[in-house]
Amino acid sequence: MNTPAPDTPTAPRHILGIEGLSPPEITALLDAADGFVELVRSRQKKAESLQGRTLINLFFEDSTRTRTSFELAGKRLGADVINMSVATSSIHKGETLIDTAMTLNAMHPDVLVVRHPHSGAVELLAQKVACAVINGGDGNHEHPTQALLDALTIRRRKGTIGGLVVTICGDIAHSRVARSNIHLLTTMGARVRLVGPPTLIPPMIERMGIEIFHDMKECLQDTDIVMMLRLQFERMHGTFVPSLKEHFHFYGLDEDKLAAAKPDALIMHPGPINRGVEIDTSVADDIDRSVITEQVEMGVAVRMACLEAVTGTETSKSKLKAKPKENRRKKARS
Amino acid sequence: MNGAGNTAFINARLVDTEGGTDQAGALFVMDGRIKDLGPRLFADGVPDGIEAVECQGDVLAPGLVDMRVTVHETSETHKENLQSAAQAAVAGGITTMAVISGPNQVIDSPAQVEFMITRGRETGLSQVCPYGAITRGAEGQILAEMGLLAEAGAVGFTDGPQAVADAATMRRALSYATRFGLPVIQHPEEPSLAAGGQMNEGEISTRLGLQGIPTAAEVIIIERDLRLLELTGGHYHVAHVSTAVAIDAIRTAKARGLSVTCDTAPPYFGLNETAIGEYRTFAKLSPPLRTESDREAVVAGLRDGTIDAIASDHLPQDQDSKRLPFAQAEPGAIGLETLLPLVMELYHSGTLGLGEALAKVTSAPARLLGLDAGRLVKGAPANFALIEVDAPWKIREDKLVSKSKNTLFDGRPVQGRCRATVFAGRTVFQANH
Repeated sequence: MNTPAPDTPTAPRHILGIEGLSPPEITALLDAADGFVELVRSRQKKAESLQGRTLINLFFEDSTRTRTSFELAGKRLGADVINMSVATSSIHKGETLIDTAMTLNAMHPDVLVVRHPHSGAVELLAQKVACAVINGGDGNHEHPTQALLDALTIRRRKGTIGGLVVTICGDIAHSRVARSNIHLLTTMGARVRLVGPPTLIPPMIERMGIEIFHDMKECLQDTDIVMMLRLQFERMHGTFVPSLKEHFHFYGLDEDKLAAAKPDALIMHPGPINRGVEIDTSVADDIDRSVITEQVEMGVAVRMACLEAVTGTETSKSKLKAKPKENRRKKARS
Repeated sequence: MNGAGNTAFINARLVDTEGGTDQAGALFVMDGRIKDLGPRLFADGVPDGIEAVECQGDVLAPGLVDMRVTVHETSETHKENLQSAAQAAVAGGITTMAVISGPNQVIDSPAQVEFMITRGRETGLSQVCPYGAITRGAEGQILAEMGLLAEAGAVGFTDGPQAVADAATMRRALSYATRFGLPVIQHPEEPSLAAGGQMNEGEISTRLGLQGIPTAAEVIIIERDLRLLELTGGHYHVAHVSTAVAIDAIRTAKARGLSVTCDTAPPYFGLNETAIGEYRTFAKLSPPLRTESDREAVVAGLRDGTIDAIASDHLPQDQDSKRLPFAQAEPGAIGLETLLPLVMELYHSGTLGLGEALAKVTSAPARLLGLDAGRLVKGAPANFALIEVDAPWKIREDKLVSKSKNTLFDGRPVQGRCRATVFAGRTVFQANH
């Protein structure tokens, strides 16, 4: 995955997953995204690198933040952006994924951003189209731009990723965010711990180079970053936890459990958050430690970087430096 | 060498697996049956009036008996019907197919058994032996008319790709079937443990984000059925075993004297779960491809005889059923034309002797199903295959005869090829290579 399709000279570079990306490739994407952060904070947010290009957001699953984030990213780079969601598309009329892909392909988009409820579906679609494809989340498999925006958030706050202790907590089994983050963080040299009830830790995930815990306080010892995950009921077949109350009792992040982590530990969540289920309101809104809204902000910058990467375009350095540090102060408090 | 006249097959290497013979000689076919065979037959030349076929030292073995072939004879015939399946079968040296029907056409009435037999006969290419269902509609609730199915010609009972999940139903099925002397064949998968599962549970399923099917799902239902078998007696057969733990359970049960047999299929000794790669739906099977150590256990089970037979597990799927996200794709792979060369891999790798390897696809399945097939003896039906045992070739999807092309062995280099197939004394297939 992530490799150019063979035997086409103008082969697109897809971003289908984090697995297989090298540290320099990840660093390059993060550096590029970092460059966009100031731009998107400035009053004039537009760049022109994707002018004349077409981006189609093809979402087979509901999404608010990811779709909006890609839409903004595309528009800020000057692309024409079209959103297609399942509710209005022809898959309700019985069209297969591949037919949808072929149809869209015939309209010559430059980038397709695809989210699909089934693992591997985005990769399948990518094999059938001539344009670049970015995975906006496929089933329980990968959500690469989420991992990149998490990494950017961490790197800007902590200065580095290597050597940090990152705890990912909750429904690991049904989480593509967890998988992409495990790949990225371990590739960049972080120590990753997973904590959750045994039913939500997928089999043999320890082979991905992580540590497994079932006691949250024990797991949070020495933790620099706490990533909370939502319970993904929509992907569960059967009962995995007895009740929300019980889940919060053992794995909900509250002040008491958070006290076990490092004092400057950051709290992250890919959203949407369920207050009182996996995270207590006081913790979620802790302006010193919660970076949940900052993650959303980084998302736009990361997606701009990804869009340029897959289209082989670049915004000039002078453009990025044109609006220096206009809203710098705001960031420190958000 | 056509027609059903009197034909002499000379300079052949006669391999009868059950009799244990492997000798140079000739074989004489008269009226669709083997009239005579042996090393001295036609030693002084073939008399006038008898057509002579020069076999050039190739192996002449009983026609293969494939004990599990899925066909669609009334619905989804575009995937494969009996005629196209029979053509694919004889191209692979198979002259007997034990068939289960596609998902929407369960064989649970005597009329359907007779229909399949009649349609099979009409192919004129291969013997077609239908299984009858264990339960009505293969729904696992009410026993099918097993006695009437048996009288109509069913060669065994199975609910095909569905396991009989309910223990009491399975117990009664095993018990009831004892009267008819036919095997009750289980698809070994505990349904609640496999629910939503797409592939073997383990590291790869976790990486790919696909729901796994644990190996326990297979062994749990087999161990349960073995307990039931102790109560009922009769012949219990496990279809396509794929896991080391299940093979151990069957080995132990056989040692205890229980009447249990089992088979496997080429994907389970020729491949492992890594064949799925990045969501390759052609490698989606039921049961799923397992780990390398499971694959090794299947090979060991074939070697020590725990696994009695090898079936092709031919399950045709069209492009529309496979070119989908992995979770939405249908399971199954075709196998009729690739059964022989893949079984020959066991011989070429030194796992089994030639006779032992061929026995797994001839005399052994014939004996399990009580068929007059799979033997090279006087008076047997003249169903046999001429095999170039060492011939190297490459499996090519686009060269296959089957209507559906969902092989998971595309591009695999193999050794051993069917040169000609004779059914009821007539040459029904001749390779043109």
